[in-house]
Amino acid sequence: MKFGIVIFPGSWSERDMHYAVADVLGYQAEYVWHRATSLNNFDAILLPGGFSYGDHLRCGAIAAHSPVMAAVKDFAEDGGFVFGSCNGFQILCETGLLPGALIRNDHLEFRCEPGNLRVESSHTPFTSQYSDGDVVAMPISHGEGNYQADDETLAMLESEGRVIFRYVDEDNEATPKANPNGSLNNIAGITNRAGNVLGMMPHPERACETVLGSSDGNPLWQSIAAAVDSGG
Amino acid sequence: MPPIAQELLDEVALSRAEYEAIIDRLGREPNPLEIGLFGALWSEHCGYKHTKALLRTLPNTSDRLLVAPGAENAGVVDIGDGYAVAFKIESHNHPSAVEPYEGAATGVGGIVRDILAMGARPMGLMNSLRFGPPTDERQRYLLNGVVSGISGYGNCIGVPNVGGEVVFDSSYAGNPLVNAMCVGIIKDGKVMSARADAPGDLLVLVGAKTGRDGIHGASGLASRTFEEQAELRSTVQVGNPFLEKVLIEACLEAIELPGVVGMQDCGAAGITSAAVEMAERSELGINIDVGKVPRRENDMSPYEVMLSESQERMLVAVKPGHEDRLFELFEKWDLDAAIIGTFEADNQVVVSDGPRQASSTPVITLTDAPEYRFNSPKPDWLAELQSFDLAALPDLEITPNGALLKLLASPNIASKHAVWRQYDHQVQNNTVIAPGDDAALLRIQGTQRALAVSTDGNGRLVYLNPRVGSAIAVAEACRNLACVGAEPVALTDGLNFGNPETPDIQYQLQEAIAGISEAASAFDIPVVSGNASLYNESAGSAVQPTPIIGALGVLENIESHVRSAFQDDGDAVIIIGADTPWETADGLAGSEALAVLQGAIAGQPKLDLDLEVNVQKLCRSLIGRGLLKSAHDISQGGLAVAIVESAVQGNVGVTIEHDDPVTGWLPALFGESQSRIVITCNYDDVDAILRIASEAKVSATQVGTVGGDYVRIANVVNLPLATVTDVWLNSFERATSG
Repeated sequence: MKFGIVIFPGSWSERDMHYAVADVLGYQAEYVWHRATSLNNFDAILLPGGFSYGDHLRCGAIAAHSPVMAAVKDFAEDGGFVFGSCNGFQILCETGLLPGALIRNDHLEFRCEPGNLRVESSHTPFTSQYSDGDVVAMPISHGEGNYQADDETLAMLESEGRVIFRYVDEDNEATPKANPNGSLNNIAGITNRAGNVLGMMPHPERACETVLGSSDGNPLWQSIAAAVDSGG
Repeated sequence: MPPIAQELLDEVALSRAEYEAIIDRLGREPNPLEIGLFGALWSEHCGYKHTKALLRTLPNTSDRLLVAPGAENAGVVDIGDGYAVAFKIESHNHPSAVEPYEGAATGVGGIVRDILAMGARPMGLMNSLRFGPPTDERQRYLLNGVVSGISGYGNCIGVPNVGGEVVFDSSYAGNPLVNAMCVGIIKDGKVMSARADAPGDLLVLVGAKTGRDGIHGASGLASRTFEEQAELRSTVQVGNPFLEKVLIEACLEAIELPGVVGMQDCGAAGITSAAVEMAERSELGINIDVGKVPRRENDMSPYEVMLSESQERMLVAVKPGHEDRLFELFEKWDLDAAIIGTFEADNQVVVSDGPRQASSTPVITLTDAPEYRFNSPKPDWLAELQSFDLAALPDLEITPNGALLKLLASPNIASKHAVWRQYDHQVQNNTVIAPGDDAALLRIQGTQRALAVSTDGNGRLVYLNPRVGSAIAVAEACRNLACVGAEPVALTDGLNFGNPETPDIQYQLQEAIAGISEAASAFDIPVVSGNASLYNESAGSAVQPTPIIGALGVLENIESHVRSAFQDDGDAVIIIGADTPWETADGLAGSEALAVLQGAIAGQPKLDLDLEVNVQKLCRSLIGRGLLKSAHDISQGGLAVAIVESAVQGNVGVTIEHDDPVTGWLPALFGESQSRIVITCNYDDVDAILRIASEAKVSATQVGTVGGDYVRIANVVNLPLATVTDVWLNSFERATSG
């Protein structure tokens, strides 16, 4: 099992991802520079949080046109597992690998705080090590995590079971108060139709040890490894 | 020749006497470029004219010290397991007063580069902020601008911002304080130096292109009082955090390259200060060709290039023949790198623009700024304030319950989570205790160790007694560390004062530094770095003297840490450092209660340093033995506020009771006497704790029990937990959202 972790110049979660998958869980992981054009050596690609190329225009907009993202698209189209969190999710949406868009939080502020998520489906390569309906703690840290899509797309995501993580309160209710950014339907993470690409705003790599407040992110990496082991 | 025009001198904040001294040293009139160079390097900001002599008296030795204070951009201390830490606090008050967002943002950027220059990876930021009352719209504008600036810049560079303080007092209304602290970590002793190795070494400028922004920042903004803020807006630099992030990674890689011998950040006074300081430390001269400096504006004069404070730039000293790999590296990160000069054996600073020499001056004339010494008497008005009779305050109409709610709603006491949540405080995966507790705790990956960091400074107490108030700032910053279990190892100080040319401010400065010195000596720790920001005045009125103390602590076993939150029903509450829970009138000196309820700032603050050291030692020892379930120091708002904070954070009620009757509820509840910590433990451990305290000769008094859903204090306070929770958690947001 070998993870490839993409580094854009302004990434800042790449080392945390490396720490979570390699130091905590013992998987192989290597960094991939943003100018890379081939991803042949990897079983799964991780797109980290941060500000890729500064996000001056729109979060992830420039990154979507980077050499590595062309390779990531090919990798995903071949059925490879691609995961993005935070800026990684934004880039996946800008690239068109995932539908919808992430806009400025509805309260217009950056928000860094513990997050409560419900796992809506454990039937994905990213969540098999959770159970349906599990409530997991993964922090959020973003200014533009407000998930938006047109009505048709939203209905499709819901009916096809592609909303994988949803913000919930301590009673496991997806209330407006539990929604940290104004995302439609409290959406925190979604997959593509094929199920091999997942994007989410929260940071599973920061939920990797109880001393940091939560280790609920680890099953996500273990799920990917299990999916790779079983041949996808 | 006619005497130089006063406006020219004012522009660079040089006095006529200083100008005469320059002529004396050079043996000739300085040319306009040289006036700019001297103005910058002799500015208060770069030259420390009024504080240098005082700062030399601070404790500066420790077994842990790897880089001595003042020798480099920041002091470096050994924290064990092969790790060292560089840390420093710096002010960006004047830029933030003029342009809050960019002022605060570039304050963060600047302190990060100082730490980076030591070869350290920045691993934590803190901010200490002061504003006027948030009831005023302009103060809310400044607060929101500063917090957005810190958030906008800090969140982009991948360094967690783990808190600090936000304090309000009307003395800061015309002149907010924005101090930023950065902590960086160095592995395996690879400390970088801001110096060249030998003549012939190349001076390489890396990072952003140079523009006209920030010219006269050091001399104009930071070194005199100013009235027309809007006019100075163009002297505030504009930050680009994305470039900073890239610069951090590129520089950390550059340090590993062969032939890279020195690194220095371009901060106040830009290339001038950075290059000349490098030359001075290297005991070499330097030739700079401003024609080689990559620019983002046309037709810049040597003066503008030398004094630009464009952000996100660093200087690197590299051995000749090794520059190609450096250029390759910076090209990989899409950053400019250009050789702009060479170090020389002649001890001259030569500035050229291509073939044309623009200036040549001996290094020593530039760096050896004048030193002003003073010994000013205690002002009469101060003696009067100190002798204010706190036992004879007028009766209040408010009830104790009402008074507690009013204090909990004070923006100085109410929870600042509405600020902290705008800062990414988790990136890098080290944050064990996030902002909002006594100290932040950052673990060191791959070890059992953690760093505790805290900032503290109570301007009111320093105003009332500069010496004692400053010692209290040290004591409390260290007490915050003790409350999570960490031992203090070093301090950094940010000195924020008014105009040092006036006797009252001189008295405050000399006394404050003496107080810091006394306290640091009592804790046996050095002050490894710092910054002096003077001329913090508006309309002739100075801010309260505000030394901000940043304290760095080490916790050897991360598992042993505790927090301030109460834990479980039935836990016993004990106060260490006092033999009764109830304070007397003396404890109201400079207190928040006195300000909020009586509208007064008066009294004589007190501190017993021996007691303080012992209380902290006891707290650490109890935490180290695993006997405590929480610890929280009693500070602003006194006992009542301290227990509410612990109750709210633990979401559990508490009852405080004692055989001693409460005779005067105001000081009993809200007195702020020093050296007191509220701890909780399992009931079974009470006897052991009292015994250990007695052996340590520290008073420890059992004062109550955790549990229920009310906060009760003897017969005077009885409030639902839900009520105090709402008031403490939400008042800040209500007060600041306008």
